[in-house]
Amino acid sequence: MQPLFSKTRRLINEIDNFLDLASQTGLHLREGIRLYIEQRYDEFEQRLETIRNAEKRADASRIDVEASLYTETLIPESRGDVLGILESMDSIVDKAKKTMLNLSIERPVIPARLKPVFLELTDRVIETVEELVSAARAYFYELHAVKDHLHKVKYFEREADHMAEKIKREVFSMKIDLARKIQLSYFINHIDYLADQSEEVANRLSIATIKRAV
Amino acid sequence: MMILLYLSSGLFLGWSLGANDAANIFGTAVGSKMVRFRTAAIISSLSILLGSWLSGRGASRTLEHLGEINEIAGAFVVALAAAVTLYGMTRMKLPVSATQSIVGAIVGWNYFSGSVTDYDTFRTIAATWAICPALAAVFCMILYLAARYILMKSRIHLIKLDFYNRIGLLLVGAFGAYSLGASNIANVMGVFTQVSPFKPLDLYVVRLTSVEQLFILGGIAIGVGVFTYSHRVMSTVGEGIVKLNPVSALTVVLASSLVLFLFASQDLQYLLASHGLPTIPLVPVSSTQAIVGAVIGIGVMHGGRGINYRVVGKIVAGWVVTPVVAGAIAFIALFIFQNVFMQRVYRPVEYTVSPEVVQRLARERGTVRLLVPLRGRTFKNAISFRDSLAALAPGISPKEIEMVLRLSRVQRFTVNTSLLTRELKSGFLTPRQASALRDINGMSFTHTWQMQEALAEKTKDWAFREDNAENRQYNKVLRDRIKYLVRRLSQPPAGQNGI
Repeated sequence: MQPLFSKTRRLINEIDNFLDLASQTGLHLREGIRLYIEQRYDEFEQRLETIRNAEKRADASRIDVEASLYTETLIPESRGDVLGILESMDSIVDKAKKTMLNLSIERPVIPARLKPVFLELTDRVIETVEELVSAARAYFYELHAVKDHLHKVKYFEREADHMAEKIKREVFSMKIDLARKIQLSYFINHIDYLADQSEEVANRLSIATIKRAV
Repeated sequence: MMILLYLSSGLFLGWSLGANDAANIFGTAVGSKMVRFRTAAIISSLSILLGSWLSGRGASRTLEHLGEINEIAGAFVVALAAAVTLYGMTRMKLPVSATQSIVGAIVGWNYFSGSVTDYDTFRTIAATWAICPALAAVFCMILYLAARYILMKSRIHLIKLDFYNRIGLLLVGAFGAYSLGASNIANVMGVFTQVSPFKPLDLYVVRLTSVEQLFILGGIAIGVGVFTYSHRVMSTVGEGIVKLNPVSALTVVLASSLVLFLFASQDLQYLLASHGLPTIPLVPVSSTQAIVGAVIGIGVMHGGRGINYRVVGKIVAGWVVTPVVAGAIAFIALFIFQNVFMQRVYRPVEYTVSPEVVQRLARERGTVRLLVPLRGRTFKNAISFRDSLAALAPGISPKEIEMVLRLSRVQRFTVNTSLLTRELKSGFLTPRQASALRDINGMSFTHTWQMQEALAEKTKDWAFREDNAENRQYNKVLRDRIKYLVRRLSQPPAGQNGI
């Protein structure tokens, strides 16, 4: 019985660890974008390294959880849903790393008057990711609390979309090169994508929660 | 060998019960791969065997009350008719109960042999057919609410819940299988208890009565059914119930196991009786119907979603169709066995209103005055006697009729202790009981109760105690013991089994 207990505990820790890493990646991204906008590039590069490590660990965690769920035929009823949720959350982590990496490679110049709205957009997006992580945690621990977080995911995602549209309109109304406009728009899409992806995972979570409801 | 041939119909019934009903209990667990088939098969076989052996007697007594089949060939035909009905109905995908078919077949035997069907017992059994799924539904609703409350209040991780669920499925499965054995062994071997060919077996550590040996054999047949055929059924049942989530599935199995246990547990009956509470009749009930009832309970909790009214209709129709079909098959098969295969399917039982009976009745209550015109008359079977009684005294109650029938029943035998050497030695009887039996060696009796009275005069170890909750079990054991001795003493010498 003891090994069974310890196996269960290890797997629970692994899932918790994955969710922690997903949340941390979002927070690192917010911090990274702030450092980039403030042109503190050395610290920004350090942050990129941190995100890279977190992404690697999240990947390893997810693979480990997947293997355990399959080989030990655990949660047969919810296995498909759980794996789907973890995989799509992993793609958010991935996208966060790519956004930081592309900023590091392309170094787009952000016009001074757009800097506050860029930060605001990042805030909304990261709030979406945070609520999603809380919803996913509730799915494992407190099923009835999932919907309290899901509606917030939807709310922040809409806010982020609205913000992204506003910034893009402003970018294209500015007197700068078209190439710069397109590059800035591309980065806005990149950041906003995290919110969109969070909403998609939230939809999956919502269905999985209904399926699990006693 | 001949014995096994006669028992084969009961063993077949046991096998099909193992294949189908064990799947009800472990179907969800195995179908969803939460428990391996081997684990499920080992646990359920052992639990069924234990349930049959330790708790099977209560429900089988009820069936004996319905009809005392007194020839092994008759018991064979009755079990065969029940098995054929069960097989046919299951082929038609009807959720039938083995009890319904065995009850129908016993009533068929009663008609054929001219025995009286105890309608009180029949009504009790028939009532459980409706009560069993209804009770399972209510239990399931209560358990469902409790489970939902616990899950709301406690922060149990999904993985930990899965772990608890697996342990729960194994424990509930073992309990369900135990209850299934206790409840349904009566269907498998109940008709053979009066004609059990086994003698008490002393295994040094434990002494097995002839009925216990029958039940163990039946339990093994069920176990074989579990191992050989239930895997396929489990996958099907699993798919059917898997639509419920694991916690709901666990409550469904627990609710139906509780119902099976309630209708099979003698201990619970004593507990209720000793506290002056109304007791639950011990009747073999169908695990399939209990499961369907429990699933309906879950459906009701979900606002009526998922209730398959066609299945409900089929169950209700089965209450009437199954016993009627089984009764008809039994009647026809008994006729064929008696007249084509020349087998004695029942031993005619005569009833005589002897002076001793009249005297004894006078002691009991005032019924004696009704019997005066019948004094000295003999009836060739229970039905003709009952009709005469009813004609003579239109107001006579079924209980009084039952008592008069019991006392007038002719069972001629002579006490011959040389036929009972094993019973006298093995500790089957208390030393005082054995000594009283030796004292009346050579005495002849016409009625069973005469021997009991003769023995009770010698020692109070043979006397019935006052009929109350505490003494009910003691009296039951004593009655069983007397029945067994009379059966041994009145067995015809070998070679006289044909008609």
